[in-house]
Amino acid sequence: MALQDKYKELIDTANASGVTNLQVREQDNILYIDGSAPSGAVKDKLWDVYNKIDPDYRAGDLVLNVDVSATPGDKAKVTTDSSNLNIRKGPGTDQPILGKAAHLEIVTLVSKTNDQWWLIRTDKGVEGYAYTQYLTPVS
Amino acid sequence: MNKKPFQWVTFACIVLLSVSLSSCGVKDSTIQEKIAEAAKATPELTGVNASVKDGIVTLTGEVKDDAAKMASETAIKAIKGVKSVVDNLTVAPPPAPVVAPAPVEISADDALTKGVTDAVKDFSTVKANVKDGVVTLTGELKRSSLPKLLQSLSSLKPKKIDNQLTLK
Repeated sequence: MALQDKYKELIDTANASGVTNLQVREQDNILYIDGSAPSGAVKDKLWDVYNKIDPDYRAGDLVLNVDVSATPGDKAKVTTDSSNLNIRKGPGTDQPILGKAAHLEIVTLVSKTNDQWWLIRTDKGVEGYAYTQYLTPVS
Repeated sequence: MNKKPFQWVTFACIVLLSVSLSSCGVKDSTIQEKIAEAAKATPELTGVNASVKDGIVTLTGEVKDDAAKMASETAIKAIKGVKSVVDNLTVAPPPAPVVAPAPVEISADDALTKGVTDAVKDFSTVKANVKDGVVTLTGELKRSSLPKLLQSLSSLKPKKIDNQLTLK
């Protein structure tokens, strides 16, 4: 329970921000927080709070796995640092590249393969797999 | 001697009257008192309401299970003067089972390694090692890129992320 005390502000923030399917579990002295944030802003806020409690995320006592809830048909913005986002034939960086989506381009989410990969479609009609981390659902 | 038959008739009348009075049974209010006494001695009767009319007891309320329902009925039937019992008791639904939280799922190293390879692909100065579910990060990274990398890694369900990166 000590870890839940340490990260209490984070758990409270998750609860207050409308994170759904929130699970807080402690196992072998590591805290696991899972859930779905209603927006990318909420997810960023949670990581800010995490950073405040554990500067530069050094302690290694928390795995914060909060995705941004999105359903097929939703739009998402390409949130790479500055580069284009690869659209691949399959879910994996070893898969051939079919095309690219530009930085900050809006794409359509077609279906979720797993927590890492979404099948997406660009307005130009390119359909393939893109890395979830670089997609921020927009409402 | 001519008065004797009359005395016999009187005697017979008294006997008949007393028999009919006793068959009239116990008063409802007395039964109600007995039920109250029984309730103190019978834990199953907790929460059971009993109303008495002409020796017929109607039970209402909620008991915890079928056994308590049976026990209540038996206890009431045993009370002197009770002619019958109308059992309208309901049984409480079983309590929802307490579900222990599912254990945290940790990815196997093979799947984790593949996922980590994808996650660090765009961070060429970062080295990641996977062993027994623990992802150890070494090398260099811009501090501003750290959340993005850790978010990717956290979604892979590692046991732990050991961040030994030098941040710039």
